[in-house]
Amino acid sequence: MSTAADLKTYTPQDYKADIHNDWCPGCGDFGILSAIQMALAKLQIPPHQTAVVGGIGCSGKTPHYMNTYAFHTLHGRVMPSVTGMKLANHELTVIGVGGDGDAYGIGAGHFVSGGRRNLDITYVVFNNDIYALTKGQASPTIGKGEKTKSMSEESIMEAINPMLLGIACGYTFVARGYALDTKYLVELISQAIRHRGSALVDVLQTCPTYNDLHSKTWYAGEVDGQPRLYKLEDTGYDPLVHNPADPAEITQKKAQALLRSQDPSGRIALGVYYKLEVPTYVDFLKEKIPALESSPLVDLDIYHRDIRPNLQKLM
Amino acid sequence: MIGGPQGSGINVSAEIFAKALSRAGYYVFGQIEYHSNIKGKHSAYRLRISGEPVHSHVETVHLLSALDEETLVGDLYHEFPAHPGHAHELAPNGAILYAEENRKYIEWIERDDIQFWEMPYAELLERALTEMGKPGQARAYRIMNNSMVLGASVGALGFDFEPVAEAIRDSFGGKAGKVAEMNVLAARHACDFAREHFAAKTAYRLPDAPPRREQVMIKGTQAVGIGKIQAGCGIQTYYPISPATDESVYLEENQADHNLVVLQTEDEVSAIDSAVMAAHGGVRASTSTSGPGFALMPEGLGFAAITEAPGPVVVIYQRGGPSTGLPTRWEQGDLTFALSAGQGDIPRIVIASGDIEESFYDTFDAFNYADRYQLPVIILVDKHLSSSYQTIPVFDTSKLVIDRGPVFDASKNGHGEFFRHAFTPNGVSPRSVPGQPGGAFWTTTDEHDPRGHITESIPNRLLMMEKRMGKLALAASEIPDEKKFRLVGSGRTPVLALGWGSTKGAIVDALRRIDPEGATYSFLQIRIMRPFPTAEVLPILQRAGKVVCFDGNFSEQLAQLVRSETGFLPHHRVVKYDGRPFSEDEVVTALEKAVSGGTERMVVSGGRVVGPEFARAEFDRMVELRRKHGKMLPPMVPLPPGYNR
Repeated sequence: MSTAADLKTYTPQDYKADIHNDWCPGCGDFGILSAIQMALAKLQIPPHQTAVVGGIGCSGKTPHYMNTYAFHTLHGRVMPSVTGMKLANHELTVIGVGGDGDAYGIGAGHFVSGGRRNLDITYVVFNNDIYALTKGQASPTIGKGEKTKSMSEESIMEAINPMLLGIACGYTFVARGYALDTKYLVELISQAIRHRGSALVDVLQTCPTYNDLHSKTWYAGEVDGQPRLYKLEDTGYDPLVHNPADPAEITQKKAQALLRSQDPSGRIALGVYYKLEVPTYVDFLKEKIPALESSPLVDLDIYHRDIRPNLQKLM
Repeated sequence: MIGGPQGSGINVSAEIFAKALSRAGYYVFGQIEYHSNIKGKHSAYRLRISGEPVHSHVETVHLLSALDEETLVGDLYHEFPAHPGHAHELAPNGAILYAEENRKYIEWIERDDIQFWEMPYAELLERALTEMGKPGQARAYRIMNNSMVLGASVGALGFDFEPVAEAIRDSFGGKAGKVAEMNVLAARHACDFAREHFAAKTAYRLPDAPPRREQVMIKGTQAVGIGKIQAGCGIQTYYPISPATDESVYLEENQADHNLVVLQTEDEVSAIDSAVMAAHGGVRASTSTSGPGFALMPEGLGFAAITEAPGPVVVIYQRGGPSTGLPTRWEQGDLTFALSAGQGDIPRIVIASGDIEESFYDTFDAFNYADRYQLPVIILVDKHLSSSYQTIPVFDTSKLVIDRGPVFDASKNGHGEFFRHAFTPNGVSPRSVPGQPGGAFWTTTDEHDPRGHITESIPNRLLMMEKRMGKLALAASEIPDEKKFRLVGSGRTPVLALGWGSTKGAIVDALRRIDPEGATYSFLQIRIMRPFPTAEVLPILQRAGKVVCFDGNFSEQLAQLVRSETGFLPHHRVVKYDGRPFSEDEVVTALEKAVSGGTERMVVSGGRVVGPEFARAEFDRMVELRRKHGKMLPPMVPLPPGYNR
């Protein structure tokens, strides 16, 4: 039976919470927030069937600006939180949001397992190279030898490469976007949500307050006469593993992603790096617990369980 | 007692015997001590068999079945030996069943008041194998020694073999397969031999079996697991840790039958956080761990508390600490930690189950509390409770009702507005379930307003703190007295034993032994540690002559909690921190000492109240024993036949 809610057409406005946003003026987060809202509208996913789960930091506050089920959780714990929500109700669209420090620093262990678990979730990482809410310390994505105006010394550690890390951890959809190219970001986030499996979208994001190195101007600049940012699809790049049963193709697709993710020219490729269509965690769970085929865990009856057979085995 | 190297199957043997006895109507309490090791280190299984209910173990051994020499003479391969063997634990006229090949070690045992019964296991095994058409392969089938040791115990005690044979077959999945039959046959030969040669000599016989009745032989991890199933738990998260893992593994085996998801996470941080979010997702959620795992969970407790998640239920199987401590040994060291873990003021309910039976009902209740008060609920159990087997009546589920607490009903939502953290008269706000139309909400680990948005407003802060913490007073007013504490005896006795958790079994058994009429002693068990039942228990403490508090930790955690909650400091504090649970004998000794003017603080170990010189003397004695006998190689655990290295 169709209800009025089913027939409603959602616009980005329907995903916007009526609340003052306290991000700094000009923050790259705005672009990412809009892109998430537009992607949900594009896919017509009802707000009440969406859960947005944030970590801690500026980006972690994103759920407050969403008119969905919205959870502002703990620093680094986006993946565990997303996991619990998705298992409770695998029919929900669950989107994790958080910063680069949250994902690749304090939450790195969870990030690894979140990838290989391959739940059908989307993780949007707001990557601005710094810990902004604590006033701009170096994060895991700042380059070796780099120093923003908020840092007292240059970093002496190598930066994490989120594309490589994501692929190594088993994310089955790995993409990179840019916060100020909202139109393209909507496309990437839509694809990520549609993808059945763990999807990582790392979004390069400007922080006008603390990151003077990787600013809007820098991203818009050129490297050896070429635009710094370019799109993988414009180069004929194909991220999709066409035959998931072919280990050689999987390896080849991972290898090409590796080459692009650290382009020696210094240019930065945006787009989908890697995409593998395989059964998800819940698909496998359904084999173990057939009742999940017909309804999500939260809707299964708990009032009529019979422990008698369990006790009989102990007699 | 059956002793032998880990991996040799002594626990399987003991549990088979226990099951056969349980089916025959006996009451059984089985307690295992084992090392944090897979194969080779010493393990000992005590079976207490009785014609009336038993809830604890005793120090004294009446029949020791030794699979190896280490069981007889102790650890002689470590510079500082781990234990002195078990010969000293035998009651006068008690007997040791030992393998012929270990005869020389019998001479090392300096006791002339016990019996030594030699078993020609190698020859009996050869006989059994010959009957099975496998002559000359006794060496390859040494793995079956545990079945022979089992058989010998059965025969020496004069118990029927057939129920044991049936239990052996059950342990192989109930199939009358070839391997099962080989074990049955080997056990039968050992049983017949022991019966023929020793049964008449035994000084300690099995009591008459009580009338058969419906009972289960169950361990704590199973009782908690079945409690979760009955409570409608939808997801169990865990990271492997002794001694908690068995519960999760048990649930995992039951996933399909009860539609319960078991999620093995990357660590305990993830275990609790995913459980918190599953609870927000509308599913009854829980996680189980031990002290070191719980040490990673305080952050998640705060997450659950401030976002008013309906749970999770966190079961802590305490073990010896601090840090990695004694991974497979007993301690009640995490009471204070469970009460205080987390930054800031966290409303939490902390239940302490006293025995296996209680742990089932407590687990069921815990989920109701989680939903009703929207806070994390901790259940404290421990290694003794989790790993010991006990015969108990079948659980009565007729009065168990699932209560999911106040929930949001969109049809009654007149204003079309839903405030997840709404101020309500009793402090609990109805919750919606993600996916529910009209129920979308915000929540955050930051302080928040009723809608769930961040605010640092002073009056809001006051109201929210009072709302959250006030739920404890609400819980205290609604939870019935019998779930808060248990009083055994009148309470108006010269002595009141005070205890918590698995000390209960030893205390109950001790009182029955020394004071069956209840003239001198009563027992007060605290069952809920938060909200602490101050008003209920203080009068009981005050009207007893002397209060003797039992704590399985160094720092008198229960006694100090009672003092801080009631202002009453128990007159005597009995502590045990040697990594082994209180036995009935230890409780008896400590109570008698308390009556006859023992010190305020008494340390118990090895069956008695010990002075400061005890540990040093024992330590030196064990080192000297090794010096005297020289270094011995550790026992080898045989590999299964046909194992190809």
